[in-house]
Amino acid sequence: MIKKRHIGLLFYLFLLFLPIYWMLNMSLRTNADIMANFSLIPTSITFENYLKIFTDATWYSGYINSIIYVTINTAISLGTALPAAYAFSRYTFIGDKHVFFWLLTNRMAPAAVFLLPFFQLYSTFNLIDTHIAVALSHCLFNVPLAVWILEGFMSGVPREIDETAFIDGYSFPRFFIRVFIPLIRAGIGVTAFFCFMFSWVELLLARTLTTTAAKPIAATMTRTVSATGLDWGLLAAAGILTIVPGALVIYFVRNHLAKGFALGRV
Amino acid sequence: MNKWQDNKAWFLVLPVFIIVAFSAVIPLMTVVNYSVQDIFGPGQRIFVGTEWFKDVLQDPRLHDALIRQLTFSCLVLLIEMPLGVIIALTMPKKGWTASATLVLIALPLLIPWNVIGTIWLIFARPDIGLLGAAINGLGYSFDYTATPMNAWGTVLLMEVWHWTPLVALLAYAGLRSIPEAYYQAAKIDGASSWAIFKYIQLPKMRGVLTIALLLRFMDSFLIYAEPFVLTGGGPGNSTTFLSVYLVKLAVGQFDLGPAAAFSLVYFLIVLLFCWLFYNALQAADSGDK
Repeated sequence: MIKKRHIGLLFYLFLLFLPIYWMLNMSLRTNADIMANFSLIPTSITFENYLKIFTDATWYSGYINSIIYVTINTAISLGTALPAAYAFSRYTFIGDKHVFFWLLTNRMAPAAVFLLPFFQLYSTFNLIDTHIAVALSHCLFNVPLAVWILEGFMSGVPREIDETAFIDGYSFPRFFIRVFIPLIRAGIGVTAFFCFMFSWVELLLARTLTTTAAKPIAATMTRTVSATGLDWGLLAAAGILTIVPGALVIYFVRNHLAKGFALGRV
Repeated sequence: MNKWQDNKAWFLVLPVFIIVAFSAVIPLMTVVNYSVQDIFGPGQRIFVGTEWFKDVLQDPRLHDALIRQLTFSCLVLLIEMPLGVIIALTMPKKGWTASATLVLIALPLLIPWNVIGTIWLIFARPDIGLLGAAINGLGYSFDYTATPMNAWGTVLLMEVWHWTPLVALLAYAGLRSIPEAYYQAAKIDGASSWAIFKYIQLPKMRGVLTIALLLRFMDSFLIYAEPFVLTGGGPGNSTTFLSVYLVKLAVGQFDLGPAAAFSLVYFLIVLLFCWLFYNALQAADSGDK
């Protein structure tokens, strides 16, 4: 029984990794080799493609840009969402339910709808092609998401803790930073993970709001493809490298992840 | 939980309110503004009222895209939901294999969406791709760049590959929240594994499955980058989904008015589903307690 189940799971994992393996295979071969020979495993391994990405500024700056705006976005989302989530989990106030629903609708808004207005808005503020523009535009879906997840975690903390702290003479900011934030550390980790994830995988807004100086790696890939014909090996190597940061992040939060999903607020 | 009644809590919400207003309300108002005007260039615009809305609602290409989109989203749900649950049931419950499986299964979720497209672009090519070559090797002529049905199948397969892990992870989280005592009681009663699934696991997973169902519906409804990279909406219009068509209209042809009207209609459809989602969620929450 147990063995049969595991064979099924292993088979699924095999299928899951087949496309990724194929890209890895391509990334270790030269373009001429890819076009000429069809083979399941790379026969003559070359790191030429990776070397090109690490030495050519137009390529590696894309990774740096992506990481910069993803980090800014995660910081903004967490910074603004923490107090708001606390308000939603602890207080009732005029319009609270409506505001909460309104926030959620933004998580569901099609990015394509906001494309042109965003471009105009950020042009007005001279923010086009800056990291901050992309980071701010990603707040559209990440801030509501962060409020939503954090509210779930905060509601799990009994209110008596707040009351006791206030009786002990803690001021609100001091209580929040010293007592409350350490209590929901796991929740903050999960939230940061999801903010990172959704900002990292988004392409449409990031591509529209940047031209050169803040261009994300994902956009570099689509543009280079059309410019040079198709260098499959190089494209595959760039793709493989975009998987690495995600894999690292997921490894660090693996133990909190199940808990975050358990709250079902993704 | 009883909450404190205090309108000063608004100050805590204010930063979020400002930032979301800046990134959502102002752009949305701009879209509303476009949707009722005909724009020739900077400073040259005339008010046209609801004309764009009439145009858009009668546009046969939009109808096609909408039908294509709904079919796609329904198929995605029909395949991903049962598959995700089955995978969650087979995942190990504890030990290092559990966290290893979790990490491996979650990996596709963290790949940038256009890279997903790129992976499948390479994987499904009939000349250099493993999948394409394998299908052709079996004697079936497969080329997703030329045959609409093949393109459709490939986009669907890609979507299933990409997002089934999310359903699996949610279902897994739901399963983990079932106390061990339930299983022990079932064992004493001599319940079959099908009975355990039907009477214990499935009801307990209802909450997370509702969320998974609606999340998957929403996100597949907004799909853009993956089909854009893989097929560019073609061949013909066979994989032109709503977002792909909208971007074509707005950025490709720069038809601001119709694109804006289209955006608003699109947004209203999404909002409707969002409302249903929210209510279903509230119902599921109160059902658990």
